[in-house]
Amino acid sequence: MSTTGAPRLAIGPVLTYWPAEQLRTFYASVADGPADIVYLGETVCAKRRALRFDEWVEIAEHLVARGKEVVLSTLALVEAESERKTLRQICENGRFLVEANDLTAVALLAGRAPFVTGPTVNVYNARTLQRLAKEGLRRFVLPVELSRETFGALRAACPDGVEGEVWAWGRLPLALSARCFTARAHNLPKDDCAFRCLDYPDGLLARTQEGQPFLTLNGIQTQSAQTHSLLGDLDDVIALGADVLRISPQSRQTEVVVQAFADALAGRTPLDGPALARLAPLGLCDGYWRGAPGIAAPAA
Amino acid sequence: MELVCPAGSLPALKAAVEAGANAVYLGFRDATNARHFPGLNFTDAQIDEGLRLARARGVKVYVALNTYPQPHNWAQWAAAVDRAAALGVDAIIVADLGVLDYAADRHPDLPRHLSVQGSATTCEALAFLHARFGIRRAVLPRVLSLAQVRQVVAHSPVSIEVFGFGSLCVMVEGRCLLSSYATGKSPNTCGACSPAEFVRWEETPAGRTTRLGGVLIDRRAAGETAGYPTLCKGRYRVGDSTYYAIEEPTSLNTLALLPELMALGVVAVKIEGRQRSPAYVRDVTTTWRRAIDACARDAAHFAPRPEWLATLGKVSEGAQTTFGALHRPWQ
Repeated sequence: MSTTGAPRLAIGPVLTYWPAEQLRTFYASVADGPADIVYLGETVCAKRRALRFDEWVEIAEHLVARGKEVVLSTLALVEAESERKTLRQICENGRFLVEANDLTAVALLAGRAPFVTGPTVNVYNARTLQRLAKEGLRRFVLPVELSRETFGALRAACPDGVEGEVWAWGRLPLALSARCFTARAHNLPKDDCAFRCLDYPDGLLARTQEGQPFLTLNGIQTQSAQTHSLLGDLDDVIALGADVLRISPQSRQTEVVVQAFADALAGRTPLDGPALARLAPLGLCDGYWRGAPGIAAPAA
Repeated sequence: MELVCPAGSLPALKAAVEAGANAVYLGFRDATNARHFPGLNFTDAQIDEGLRLARARGVKVYVALNTYPQPHNWAQWAAAVDRAAALGVDAIIVADLGVLDYAADRHPDLPRHLSVQGSATTCEALAFLHARFGIRRAVLPRVLSLAQVRQVVAHSPVSIEVFGFGSLCVMVEGRCLLSSYATGKSPNTCGACSPAEFVRWEETPAGRTTRLGGVLIDRRAAGETAGYPTLCKGRYRVGDSTYYAIEEPTSLNTLALLPELMALGVVAVKIEGRQRSPAYVRDVTTTWRRAIDACARDAAHFAPRPEWLATLGKVSEGAQTTFGALHRPWQ
C-alpha cells in the first residue's frame, strides 16, 4: 500500500439509518465516483437491518469490481449475544479488510486478520499504535478529538505498512450510549422504537435554548450538529502524512463533497464559500484539528 | 464482595477506611487520572500516609491511571506507572492499551485492572486484554443490562467490578467527546469532563443561564436547582420540545440489585465520587458496608432499608436515583 503521494479518499460507513433502496442508490453512485476506499456496514445500532450481511457483501463485490477497496465496518458498541454473532461473521469474512470500532472487534481480529481501527477505538499514542500493529493493524483512523500535532506524531510513529486516516468531512461521532436518544425524543422505549431513525436521514438536531445548532441525535449515537471539514486544511493534512481522508456520508450531495476533495487534491479550484455552505447547512467546524474546541469554526 | 470507595483526598481516604471500605482508589495530582480537578488527588507523601492508614485496616489502595496519553505527554503517564509501582500500591486502574502494555512490560508484578474508561463491554474484549496485558480485573461500562453483565461475568477470564452508586455517565465511558467538543478538554485527554474553568453562570431576565465553553447548556427559572453542568445533563431543543434530551440529573444506585450482583459473581462494587466531600464518602461507604454485609448474611431476605435509601438519596445528584442501564426500560 502506498505511503507517498496524494492521500486516497474514503467513504466512511453510513452512520444514520437509511432504507435499503437509498443505500443501494448511494453505493451505485459511489461506484461511479472518485473515492478509492469504501467502508460498508452498520456501526451504530444493531436493530437497523436495512441490508443483510450477504447483501452488504453483494454491494462490496460490485464496488471491488469497479476498482474500489472495500472495508467492512463493525458496531461501535457491542453488547448482546446477537451483536457478537454478527460481529464474528464480519471478522471471519476471510475476504475483506475489517474496520474494528470497539475492543471486541479488535479482540476477534488480533493476530488473525489484518484490520483498521475506526475513530471509536482509542489510538491516542505511539505505544498503542505499535502494539496494535503487531496484532495486524493496517490503518488507524485518528480519534476525532485529537489534533494535527498528535496526528503528525502518530503518523511518524507508524511502522511500515500502517497508514493514518483522518476524519476529513462530516458530522463528528462524539458519544455512544446504552440509551437511544431518538426513541427518547419520541417518548418510546428503545426496545419498541418503531425505527424512528428512518425519519431522520441526517439525524435529529438538538439546538441550545438560544437556537444554536449543537448536537445531532442518531439513535444511541450523539454526533456534532456542525460538519467537520478539513477541506481548507488539505496542505497541512498532506504535509503531516495522511494516507486516507474520510468523508462521512450525508443524505444529500455526498458526491459533490467527494468531487470537491478530488478536485482540491488535483490542484483544481476549491469550492467558494457559498457552495461549501450549501453542503453543510448547519455550519462547518475544524477545531479539533487545530487543538481547539471541536465546535470551533474554520478560520475565514 | 469488595467495596471499592473513592478517595479524592486524604480525609476522604480516612473516611472510607473508617467506614468499612475494602479498597480505596485515588489518583495523582495531574491529568493521568479521570478526576483531574483543582484541589483533588494525592502527592506521593500523601499516598504513603494513605497506604499506612489503609494497610493498618487491611484496606487495599488502587491508583487510577485511566486517561489517554498522547505522544507529547506520554512520558508523564509512563512516569506515573513507575511511581505507582515504587509506592507499592495494590493495583493500577488503566484504560489506555499503550499504558497497559508499558505497565505489563516494566512492572509485570504490579496488578492491573481495566478502568471503566477502557470501554470493554464483552468477554471477548476482556479475554484479549487478559491474554495480551495480563489484566486481573475489569470495571464494566455503565451501559450493560443485568443480563449482559451476567453473560460477561460467566465467560470473562478476569474478575468483574461494577459501579454501585454515584454520578451516572449515560455515555459509554472512555469514548465520550461531548466535553471536548464544547471546551477542547475531555476526560480522555485532560482527566476532566466539562472542566470548571469553562463554566459560566449568569443571571438574566429569562432565568439563570449555564454555559460551558460558551455553549448554552441550560436556562432555569429562579428556585430550580442546578447540578454540575455536564453537557449530557443539559436541556436542549429538539423539534418543538425543550427537555433533557440525553439524561436528567440523577445518580446511579444499584443497592436493591445487590443480591443479583452477588449471585452472578461480581467481585467488587465501586462507589463513584472522588470529587465529593469526605462526608459523602463516609455516608455512602457506611451505607453500602451495611447493605453488603446484610446481603452476604441473608441474600434471600435482603431489601434496602429506608434509612439507607434516605442517606443515599440525600447525596444523589438531582436527589433521584436510577438502576441505569442495568434495568432495561431505562435504556
